Amino acid sequence: MSTPATTAPATTAPAVHLRGLRRVFGTRAVLDGIDLDIARGEFLALLGASGTGKTTLLRILGALDRADQGTVLVPPSRTVVFQEPRLIPSKRVLGNVTVGLPRGAATRETGRRALAEVGLADHADAWPGTLSGGEAQRAALARALVREPELLLLDEPFAALDALTRLRMQDLVGELCRKHRPAVLLVTHDVDEAIRLADRVAVLRDGALVRDETVTVERPRDAADPEFAALRRRLLADLGVHRDSAPQHVN
Amino acid sequence: MTTTTEAARAAGLVAPRARATTARPRGLSLALRALGPIALLAAWQVSSATGALTPDVLASPGQVLQAVKELWGNGQLADALSTSLTRAALGLLFGAGTGLVLGVVTGFFRLGEELLDSAVQVLRTVPFLALVPLFMVWFGITETAKIALIGVATSFPMYVSASGGVRNTDRKLVEAMRSFGLSRWAVVREVVLPGALPALLSGLRLSMTLSVIALIAAEEINSTEGIGYLMAQAQNFSRTDVLAVCILIYGLLGLAADGAVRVLERVLMPWRPVTGRQVAGR
Repeated sequence: MSTPATTAPATTAPAVHLRGLRRVFGTRAVLDGIDLDIARGEFLALLGASGTGKTTLLRILGALDRADQGTVLVPPSRTVVFQEPRLIPSKRVLGNVTVGLPRGAATRETGRRALAEVGLADHADAWPGTLSGGEAQRAALARALVREPELLLLDEPFAALDALTRLRMQDLVGELCRKHRPAVLLVTHDVDEAIRLADRVAVLRDGALVRDETVTVERPRDAADPEFAALRRRLLADLGVHRDSAPQHVN
Repeated sequence: MTTTTEAARAAGLVAPRARATTARPRGLSLALRALGPIALLAAWQVSSATGALTPDVLASPGQVLQAVKELWGNGQLADALSTSLTRAALGLLFGAGTGLVLGVVTGFFRLGEELLDSAVQVLRTVPFLALVPLFMVWFGITETAKIALIGVATSFPMYVSASGGVRNTDRKLVEAMRSFGLSRWAVVREVVLPGALPALLSGLRLSMTLSVIALIAAEEINSTEGIGYLMAQAQNFSRTDVLAVCILIYGLLGLAADGAVRVLERVLMPWRPVTGRQVAGR
């Protein structure tokens, strides 16, 4: 009690702190007493079948939904990449990336840099409607990163992309997160994606976290790695998918 | 990894503040809606009672109520209302119907747009009040002249809304329905019209308002019955109480029209989520 809390140990400096989080829809507790910490700079992938409340958890962290009970603490600066790009059709790409930021040459410059990072430097003056799905999603990623968030919330950002674009986007996200080091919560139902990107994976089922483990597979992570395959089998079992032998399953 | 909540707070973390989206209770919502009209009524009563508003300018609410009783008692009001409402309804039916058909044709078919749109746009800029003398010459002092005037006035807002709404139809949906072998008419019926309903209903709202305005214009001139006639009579005898009754009736007609469209919105578009609900699923 008397220990001063101002100097938390560096290893556990938190970015997200949840205690007893509860959210009820109607009579069903979608989130029922969740305890979760995400350290600064840590990449957590949250897995779960459809309707298990993983997006609700993300929306609560993003202040888009409220908690019915429990303690929720997040950094002041957070950004979200949604499943769809959600770009304003009446603003050019650069305008979308810098939307809500103070106007000025400096902002435009940071916006252009962010676009260059996601490989869209040439599309700064394009209309969102002319972008492909992958390009639009990269613009959404630039919009989230340009604000230099302490917490980046990714809500199935690759789900609507084709398989090849998805792989490229995953690499890009992994690279940019390593570079900028925000704490990341990735909500997904793709086990391979979770293992490939995350420092830690958690599985949400029946309102509770049934698994929360650090990914020890060595980077660069290869699906052929036996450790990778073993982890995938464990996670799929948590998600209710049982296989005798794990075939090379590509989503 | 265990962090105490205190430590987390000390590290600069904050509680996310979600915007509360609790629905207002229905009673409170109705009360808030009624607040504006009640305030107007109260202001009227107060300024009449204090003498700021003399009866030769505008009668007090009590006198107006008296006038309603008088007019209702001798059957004048009921007759005038039924005559006027019939005119407005018929004119609206013809006008909005024409506007709807023309709007769908120009919105959905390119040939229709090329052939019709510029002509309609030219006609649209003619103020319908300018047509009153012309219609008098054409139709004389008949019901036809009045209904035609209301029809012309109400057709254009409907036309603009309908063609705009139809033009915004999801082309991909139309393409998909064509691939399932729907005819053009079936596509219009199944996809285009339901999709354009929000625009059509806002067009209907504008048309209804205009139908009342056109009704006044038509009835003020050479009329022998109807609310406009009642007004012209009251004007001759400086009966500000009767004038106020007529004005109130026009206002109530507008309110009723708005309510009707709201009900239509709910009945015709059951697939639309109630506003203010959560954005996405879980």
